[in-house]
Amino acid sequence: MSDRKPLVGIVLVSHSGPVADSVAALAGGLAGGLAGGLAGGLAGGLAGGLAGGATAPVSAAGGTRDGGLGTSSELITAAARRVDRGAGVALLVDLGSAVLTVKALIADGGELPDGARLVDAPFVEGAVAAVVTASAGADIAAVEKAAQEAYGYRKV
Amino acid sequence: MLDAAFFRRWLAAAAAAVDREADRLTELDSPIGDADHGSNLRRGFTAVVATLESTLENTLEKEPPDTPGAVLSLAGRQLISTVGGASGPLYGTLLRRTGRALGDAPRVARGDLADALRAGADAVAQLGGAAPGDKTMLDALVPAVDALPSSFAAAAEAAVQGALATVPLQARKGRASYLGERSIGHQDPGAASSALLFETLAETAETERAERAERTEAAEGAEGTEGVAGRGGHE
Repeated sequence: MSDRKPLVGIVLVSHSGPVADSVAALAGGLAGGLAGGLAGGLAGGLAGGLAGGATAPVSAAGGTRDGGLGTSSELITAAARRVDRGAGVALLVDLGSAVLTVKALIADGGELPDGARLVDAPFVEGAVAAVVTASAGADIAAVEKAAQEAYGYRKV
Repeated sequence: MLDAAFFRRWLAAAAAAVDREADRLTELDSPIGDADHGSNLRRGFTAVVATLESTLENTLEKEPPDTPGAVLSLAGRQLISTVGGASGPLYGTLLRRTGRALGDAPRVARGDLADALRAGADAVAQLGGAAPGDKTMLDALVPAVDALPSSFAAAAEAAVQGALATVPLQARKGRASYLGERSIGHQDPGAASSALLFETLAETAETERAERAERTEAAEGAEGTEGVAGRGGHE
């Protein structure tokens, strides 16, 4: 039996496929490569124990199935299943139908993995904080809190 | 009383109306939205009708939904997965919650449907964080649900009036709200499509009523000439 507990999965839902893919790559890259630096600063002390560890599973669900702008509940549920390791799945969304589709899927139950939750966070900064925190082995509540706190990082 | 066949018929009529009016809905969505409401809803309702038809043809693979609640739930699920815009989860939630509220009853009365649609409208309000007056589909939906206990025709009329009454409102939800005061003077596309839903509901009810009357007349006619005198009694 592995001594590592399962990591929280992260799903990034955007109106745009390229936006979701790029933010997933950005967050995964920062969590994997710069854990002690920039990303560590975003996610606070939680990333401290990350060095050498696995990066949390991240999946992008952007745009519609035919590659247009919009939201696809099938892409979202497939992405959530891909990253579900049994520790919960945090879904971050951009706006409009992305928000409403995830809320509708969660409200009606049965389509997303158990423990899936919509995390209220800024999309890019929240994604980085969530992936870094999840990669450190934090539970879903801590991942959610780290992503939410990204609202507080003022830029001026 | 309304059975599963009635709800299939309603959704087919709604799909036909959405298809017919898609250009108008998209036009309404152009000045204050992203000009996709008609095409999104058309894609969604086309998929709803295709799914409902396939369940009838394909009875070996899955049981066709045989209650009003099951028909609406299946339709709602299909809208959530195929529309691609905000109207998918909103209309999907409306139909699913309405379907769930109707439960397993094989036939429901108009009053039951009014109660169930109220639960559906409440779920839509909660999902979108909106209230009547925010220039959304709720401005047609809520008055229609309020009027439905009186008659199907009253509900349709209330929905149409509610949609027209969104013109002077300033949008407080959705993409149109980014426009602030510039959203004033345009009818809300979601309210317009909600009105279509209630107009087709009333049309479906009227068609069924007329068919029932015809069958009754035919039966009476077969029994003898007494039925002929009774015809004038229909409103």
